[in-house]
Amino acid sequence: MSKTGAEILVECLKKHNVDLIFGYPGGVLLHIYDRLFDSDILHVLPRHEQGGIHAADGYARSTGKVGVCFGTSGPGATNLVTGIATAYLDSVPLVVFTGQVSTNLIGGDAFQEADIVGITRPIVKHSYLVKDVEDLAPTIAEAFHLAKTGRPGPVLVDLPKDVIAAKSKNLCSTDIKLVGYNPTYEGHPMQIKKMLKMLENAKAPVVLIGGGVKWSNAHEELKKFVETLNLPVVSSLMGIGAFPNPHKNWVGWAGMHGNYASNKTLTEADFILAIGTRFSDRTTGRLDAYAPKAKKAQIDIDPTSIDKNVKVDIPIVGDCKTVLNQILNYIKDFNWDKCKNDREDWLKKIEYWNNERPFSYKFSDKIIKPQFVVEKIYEVTNGDAIITTEVGQNQMWAAQFYKFKDPRQFITSGGLGTMGYGFPAAIGAKLGNPNKEVFDIAGDGSFLMNMQELCTAVQYRVGVKVAILNNKFLGMIRQWQHLFYNKRYSYSCLECQPDFVKLADAYGCVGFQVVNPSDVEPVLRESLKIKDKPVLFDFLVDREENVYPMVPAGAALNEMIYGEK
Amino acid sequence: MRHIISVLVENKFGVLARIAGLFSGRGYNIESLSVNATENEDISIMTIVTRGDDHIIEQIIKQLRKLVNTIKVRDVTQVDHIERELALLKVHATQRTRPDILSIIETFRGKVVDITKESLVVEITGDQNKLNAIINVLEPYGIIEIIKSGTIAIARGNKSTTDFTKQDIKSQEE
Ligand SMILES: Cc1ncc(C[n+]2csc(CCOP(=O)(O)OP(=O)(O)O)c2C)c(N)n1
Ligand SMILES: [Mg+2]
Repeated sequence: MSKTGAEILVECLKKHNVDLIFGYPGGVLLHIYDRLFDSDILHVLPRHEQGGIHAADGYARSTGKVGVCFGTSGPGATNLVTGIATAYLDSVPLVVFTGQVSTNLIGGDAFQEADIVGITRPIVKHSYLVKDVEDLAPTIAEAFHLAKTGRPGPVLVDLPKDVIAAKSKNLCSTDIKLVGYNPTYEGHPMQIKKMLKMLENAKAPVVLIGGGVKWSNAHEELKKFVETLNLPVVSSLMGIGAFPNPHKNWVGWAGMHGNYASNKTLTEADFILAIGTRFSDRTTGRLDAYAPKAKKAQIDIDPTSIDKNVKVDIPIVGDCKTVLNQILNYIKDFNWDKCKNDREDWLKKIEYWNNERPFSYKFSDKIIKPQFVVEKIYEVTNGDAIITTEVGQNQMWAAQFYKFKDPRQFITSGGLGTMGYGFPAAIGAKLGNPNKEVFDIAGDGSFLMNMQELCTAVQYRVGVKVAILNNKFLGMIRQWQHLFYNKRYSYSCLECQPDFVKLADAYGCVGFQVVNPSDVEPVLRESLKIKDKPVLFDFLVDREENVYPMVPAGAALNEMIYGEK
Repeated sequence: MRHIISVLVENKFGVLARIAGLFSGRGYNIESLSVNATENEDISIMTIVTRGDDHIIEQIIKQLRKLVNTIKVRDVTQVDHIERELALLKVHATQRTRPDILSIIETFRGKVVDITKESLVVEITGDQNKLNAIINVLEPYGIIEIIKSGTIAIARGNKSTTDFTKQDIKSQEE
């Protein structure tokens, strides 16, 4: 029996357990949309393709499953580009389907033709232009396989209109022919033992974790390893949640706005075991002064992440979870009493640093401090909410003042730093986790970049909360101008903005404006009763609050600047 | 340092663009690149000449391996190998200068493949040094055009170039 490309596609999606699609139709996608009309896959219509792909991304990060989205040829496809880059830099498994003009028109500047495979080539894990309907089913199988295995990432599948209309007997395929693709999961035993030998002799060791721990589902193994050897854990921004906070071995997260103790710990350590983290510049600060005393070992499934920015002494190519299990098997062969006393002193030192300068701010009962809002969100949600963020100060305060205990709880665009990411991502996260409270901790600037998705959230009764920390500034830009450009606030002021409460009302959701610190908690609690529609909070916060500590760009991790105590 | 990298790739849509894009996007330099089908029509081999310190070359090799359509990657300059380039040189040659030029070509074991009253075309193969040498010598006569193929390279011994392992390289060094 033969079927059309559109039918094959929809059936394949079901075979790959896709139950949710974010898509926006267009001329070349109409065959597919006609099939989706009868399908039981939930299709969510965002109000902008960028919103759709960020939602798919938020769904993927919060569930660990592959996110799926659709965009039509030309402008639909180019509207996806920011979302693809966002997913690429944070290793998010997405399969992105784009419509394309018919194969006989390709190359002729046809209506709504864009070479999306070419445009996105540097920001995808892999991409396909399906030129023959016979290849459709195997291509879909490969796309899902590539997206979720190895180091995950976005895979783009470009579907010309005639291919979708053509018929084939090749209905579904699990036949994957990727001769050059074979990620290494198991670590080399010799390397692992070498690493353990080094760790055995370390007096001031630290485990540095990143987003890779989450993607590989290695958090349990990590916890067991760290608790068994009583090691301190520092995370990158992307690793937040992969190890529970609070926990006696949790030090904090390192980098530009990370806590003093974490940056200090890395600077003073004599051994760093990096797990699933790629030493990005925001995490390391100036490289020649990064962890100068430490020998380094690095576990990563992507060999290009090893030795890229920071030279390591022991590279271990492998999947975090698999390698941690290997490590757990070898642990008993080493003598952990050797440097036990030194390591206990080291932990005390770290605890001292943590007490010396914890994340802090000056509370006010007259004006709302943005950090206070995050603390209250933490309290009213019992630390159980999924938190997405926009980009800027809001993002850093969310990371600093919410304590995350689960690996899929903190969802932020770390690599690309995409303003406008958090709100659609929250919609995706809520659709994937209907029983969880989902908050987007937002900036007033960022929210405006994808606020049209309020309509989507209302239509699908997605009860997300958006907490705008409204400083009427592009706050993080203003902070840099304050610190490094003589307070010349060039084009960073957002005095002109909508009335957010009326805006919420206009979209059919609930809006609260909060001015007094004493109202923050009651309003938050009140909002938790609203389940079936989005809630938008306009928290008017202290406009010129800065995020501290801060490692200025180009400075070393131990050259932090602090606000007044 | 100059390195020659052999890349065995699946002969799929867009592979060349992916590899060229990797070099330009990450700021690596390409001195020459040549692509051709292998004895298996589904597989092509690319020979890329690039420059960089050890760290950059290592990254280039890893990044090439990471591409889904690459099958094997080998830094040929690490093993015993033979390098060749093909050049076609169009040289100004009059009746008066032609005998001298022909004797130069003969010395370099080149071949004359076209001749007119005022010019001739030489076909010559060799490594970069040899090609540079003949170009230098012919320069004074007036070179009208130089077309070069870019370097290709093959490992010596029984194995295919991209089948050489780290072990092979170590034992060659000893
Ligand atoms: C799409 C995009 N454009 C520009 C930037 C640069 N940028 C980083 S933070 C920031 C300010 C964000 O302002 P807002 O959303 O109000 O957050 P705040 O820092 O005030 O909390 C800007 C413009 C960016 N990260 N993303
Ligand atoms: Mg702002």
